Amino acid sequence: MESLTNRKKVVSDKPMTLWEKIYLPAIISGMITTMRHMFRKRKTIKYPEEIREFAPVYRGQHVLKRDEQGRENCTACGLCAVACPAEAITMTSAERARGEEHLYREEKYAATYEINMLRCIFCGLCEEACPKEAVFLTDRLVPTYFERDNFTYGKDKLVEAIDQRIDITKRQHTGKRTQL
Amino acid sequence: MDTALLIEKSILVILLFLVSLGAAAYMTYFERKLAAWIQDRVGPDRAGPFGILQPIADGVKMFLKEDFIPAKADKWLFIIGPGIAMFTALITSAVIPWGPKLHLFGRDIVLQVADINIGILYVFGVISIGVYGIMIGGWASNNKYSLYGAIRASSQMISYELAMGVSAITIVLLSGSLSLTTIVEGQSDVWNIVYQPVAFLIFFICALAELNRAPFDLPECESELVGGYHTEYSSMKLGLYLFAEYTSMFVSSAIMAILFFGGYNFPGMSHFSGNTLAILGIAAFATKIFIFIFVIMWIRWTIPRFRFDQLMHLGWKSLLPLSLINLLVTGLVIAYKNGWF
Repeated sequence: MESLTNRKKVVSDKPMTLWEKIYLPAIISGMITTMRHMFRKRKTIKYPEEIREFAPVYRGQHVLKRDEQGRENCTACGLCAVACPAEAITMTSAERARGEEHLYREEKYAATYEINMLRCIFCGLCEEACPKEAVFLTDRLVPTYFERDNFTYGKDKLVEAIDQRIDITKRQHTGKRTQL
Repeated sequence: MDTALLIEKSILVILLFLVSLGAAAYMTYFERKLAAWIQDRVGPDRAGPFGILQPIADGVKMFLKEDFIPAKADKWLFIIGPGIAMFTALITSAVIPWGPKLHLFGRDIVLQVADINIGILYVFGVISIGVYGIMIGGWASNNKYSLYGAIRASSQMISYELAMGVSAITIVLLSGSLSLTTIVEGQSDVWNIVYQPVAFLIFFICALAELNRAPFDLPECESELVGGYHTEYSSMKLGLYLFAEYTSMFVSSAIMAILFFGGYNFPGMSHFSGNTLAILGIAAFATKIFIFIFVIMWIRWTIPRFRFDQLMHLGWKSLLPLSLINLLVTGLVIAYKNGWF
């Protein structure tokens, strides 16, 4: 096979030369290397004083987005649940009743929508599968609990509050997709 | 006996004891810092400014740990082991001349606890007792890993002591004396390293092996023997073993400085006299010791460990013949200079 990198090396078992057998030149060159590292900039982040920045594309706790008018984007199509490799997402759908147009954007909506955070592997495939720009992963962390039940997040925890929108601009383009 | 002399020596002994222990404690701190720097890390920096109080915190931790003695261990030997290790590490410093004479309170104070005329023999004798600390500890633990570590330590020490001794003999030939003071004073113009680079190299490598330092730290190599000879040790007994290792490192750095790098001599020495000279001499000696300690640590964090057969091969088949040839050549040159041919 043709090698893909230039790191391939032919291994040989030829006996060491006298220069190599003395060891000292190799030891000294090794010591020069470590000496160089001694003056290099430290990469340590001193945690309590200094908190490491999350990557802009960090995949943390999910959010179910609302549109500009505060209506839930999710139509309970179930594509996220199908895409989920960990089978963490469950939902039941319901039909929008008359007078609920200000709550749900389309005629069908998720009556319940649950993500089991213990099953979730935070891969982001749900977000990729979603045709309605409804589910996104954010840079928030899922906290720890003592009871397993607490890890099953329902709509009360997942849907963003109207007055406290979750910013996902860093992660993805917001709102509607540009029309093709 | 002269009372003033007794007081003087007592103060010197106590001072030396404290300095050796303090140096050993701060060497642990320095070693951790150096390891961190070499590995692009920061190292201990929580206890006090820059982590200065870390050794004290470590010491307190050691004392507060449970002092455990295994049920099947030989209780008395188990206790004596770390004691011997620490004792031998400390008493080696008795014959080291730490600096030129000080003049205080109208007295000449010799900065050496005991100027015995066989200083170098004393040092070698004490160092070879040091291996008993490790051997007894490893044997008394009644643990396979400990025993293996102890066996390795003793065979390694015996193998390397030979080459070390032979290379020290070349220095003795050169200075014509076994007294460390005479050896140091003989180097006031030219340091022995100039005449004996090969002997120094052999001595240095053997010193690393005697100290059980990397790349010869087989008696306690974690990846094979858990903790080696101190696997079963805990609390301050373990602390004593570790402390003894650092103390011996301090002392053997001092001995290498004396034998090869002129001890407290420094260039431009003739321009000073009296107490100034003494203080500068002590400072020069301390600097040399520090450089040696630094290099030993630097090597530890650079080179991987030898395999045991490689270690034996190096000791018996390379270093010993090399040191013997070196001794022979030195002897011949000295004989030629004295006009024996």
